[in-house]
Amino acid sequence: METESKLAQALLHRIEKLLTEEVNLMEVCGTHTMAISSSGIRRMVPRGLRLLSGPGCPVCVTPAEDIDWIIELSKIPGVILTTFGDMVRVPGSSSSLEAEMAKEATIKVVYSPLDALQIAQGNPEKRVCFVGVGFETTSPTVASTLLLARNKGVKNLLIYPAFKLIPPAMGFLSEREEARIDGFICPGHVSTIIGSHPYEFIPRRFGIPCVITGFEPLDILQGIWMLLRQKRANDPKVEIQYKRGVNQEGNPQALASIKRVFQIGDSQWRGIGEIPSSGLGLSEKFADYDAKKAFDLHPPRAEEPKGCICGPIMMGLKVPPDCSLFGKGCTPQTPVGPCMVSSEGACAAYYKYGEG
Amino acid sequence: MARVKEILLSHGGGGMATRRLIEEVFFKNFANPILAPLDDSAELPLKERLAFTTDSYVVKPLFFPGGDIGRLAVSGTVNDLWMKGAKPLFLASSFIIEEGIDFDLLEKVVRSMAATAKEAGVEIVCGDTKVVERGGADRLFITTSGVGRIWPGAEVSGAGAKPGDAVICSGTLGDHGMAILSRREGIEIKSSLKSDCAPLTPLLESLLKETTQIHSMRDPTRGGLATALNEIAYSSKVGIFLQEEEIPVREEVRGICDLLGFDPLYVANEGKFILILPSELASRALQALRSQPLGKDAALIGWVAEGPEGVFLKTRIGGTRPLLMLEGEQLPRIC
Amino acid sequence: MCLAIPGKIERIEGEFGIANFRGVERRIGLMLLPEAKVGDWVLVHAGFAIQRIDQERAQETLRMLEEILSYGN
Repeated sequence: METESKLAQALLHRIEKLLTEEVNLMEVCGTHTMAISSSGIRRMVPRGLRLLSGPGCPVCVTPAEDIDWIIELSKIPGVILTTFGDMVRVPGSSSSLEAEMAKEATIKVVYSPLDALQIAQGNPEKRVCFVGVGFETTSPTVASTLLLARNKGVKNLLIYPAFKLIPPAMGFLSEREEARIDGFICPGHVSTIIGSHPYEFIPRRFGIPCVITGFEPLDILQGIWMLLRQKRANDPKVEIQYKRGVNQEGNPQALASIKRVFQIGDSQWRGIGEIPSSGLGLSEKFADYDAKKAFDLHPPRAEEPKGCICGPIMMGLKVPPDCSLFGKGCTPQTPVGPCMVSSEGACAAYYKYGEG
Repeated sequence: MARVKEILLSHGGGGMATRRLIEEVFFKNFANPILAPLDDSAELPLKERLAFTTDSYVVKPLFFPGGDIGRLAVSGTVNDLWMKGAKPLFLASSFIIEEGIDFDLLEKVVRSMAATAKEAGVEIVCGDTKVVERGGADRLFITTSGVGRIWPGAEVSGAGAKPGDAVICSGTLGDHGMAILSRREGIEIKSSLKSDCAPLTPLLESLLKETTQIHSMRDPTRGGLATALNEIAYSSKVGIFLQEEEIPVREEVRGICDLLGFDPLYVANEGKFILILPSELASRALQALRSQPLGKDAALIGWVAEGPEGVFLKTRIGGTRPLLMLEGEQLPRIC
Repeated sequence: MCLAIPGKIERIEGEFGIANFRGVERRIGLMLLPEAKVGDWVLVHAGFAIQRIDQERAQETLRMLEEILSYGN
């Protein structure tokens, strides 16, 4: 077996051979953004190949209004707020969970929604709210947890639903006139759940190649090569590079859980706007578990920060260094926009890995 | 976003927030030339070359695989003295105790401190005890301060790294941080992983007998290897380059880091140190470290170069990326 | 957006299992992968097994890699 480094060099060489004009590829998923930055790929690919970071980072696309709501929830006496660590430092319009933790709120960082259920069972006199962010990979884990809670008769677990769906967002980005996306590096683990069919409209309607890609550096380089090959052959389609984790049909059990618990609705994406049928809320049957319905809260209307171009960045129209705030007013220490907060947000990754 | 007005947990995380707190509050008000180098210990300008340091311990849980708060409180201060090239002589210890904790528990901690002090070759010569009402502290906090005599001929400082130097790490990284985290509520990962919490005395004696030509040392506690090396890189105004595959990390630590989305290079250690010295001395230093059980995994992990200032990682696939300081502690993430 | 890592199922207890990740163990939910068996390698996200890792299909990806690298040599 050759070393990873030699294989990477060889793949880069093949990529260069296929690259005859300027090409923009979008990695939709934040974990890809991280992997591309932390392995150094972004600076290794040949000139003329741009890797744009897409909207697949829940921290980045959750509107300030939702964050404000979640912060308000955490302040209610008797509420234990549980969340993935990702959300702790995200600024809403005037505070963050981290800052509330320092005051009176009880906020627990969990690894799994099952841990939130366990906390609810251990604290029957409290109401345990779980911050439901993420995409198709995460929503079935929460659906499954809720089904379990209902079976066990646990009534003090509530979900703040802010889940989003990836294919509608990709469609939204593809149909914009100013879009300049020549190929999608499709998310690996979202596809583990949904399979490859939901992307098929993208090559069909917009002629944009799609490759579902794994997260090892060699996976990513291979995925890039496959996209360029499709482009060269002028044969856009959905291919799977990440075969060990993704099949065409996805995970039927997970899809069924999503269907049982959630219903599709329009959804606001921070910096991008409303995308039709791109979000998941709790279905009528699970309304009792909806934190938004359980409390009558009216956080003030949120305003997005001035000068921030996170939206155009997530749409592949701009890159972080194009932003006048990048690295100046906006750094991971003093984030202005959402893409700087999440470690897998485009701006944070560019900043952290010196790609500015 | 509004400026943060409260002390947050991030301020204790060892990253950028901690740095700002130190610079904007403590350093600004206490400013003096002895404090200025911000090394692990201060060198006192007395006739005899003495080093002086202090540290507080608030670890949760009090007992963890591989150690306890007492062992940590002695090791931590002893190690900070060694990082200045000073052989620890005397420690002071202060206890803040929450009313209601078990007498036996306290004694168990104190016995552990005594045993660790013996292992480290130091005496605990003075101390203080305060008991606060329930809720006034989380069970038990310990502060230790220590004095040590700087090894004859040693000139060790965070600002001492020079281009061409070798960077050595005394063993596997991340053991302490991951051993503690794996026990936390909501994480609950089972492993045989133990904290590396130990006084570095045998390692440092072995090393200093071999050579005193040491430019820089740090124990990569909070914030891990990446943070400690950043401090050295900026104090010394150099670039530090690391080779990813040479950095020793246990499989179990990688396992927990993968699960939670952590980077082991930012995870805390309590019985490891980083050594920077002229490259021609690297193999002798490695030999001296590896001759001790604590240093059996010691490895040459990188080198020092002329600017740009900062720490850079050569990745497995041949790329380069900067290792910046983090804002606060890492949090478990799904993304 | 979604970290998922491979683990090997060591035990199954009803709807839950114990998975091994590089030598450390954690309890995971198997509700999304009811067909999982002891000894299976699975992808785990947020405490749930979300898919079996298909070793044969992993080989396909490796073969594809070899193919790419043999092109135009």
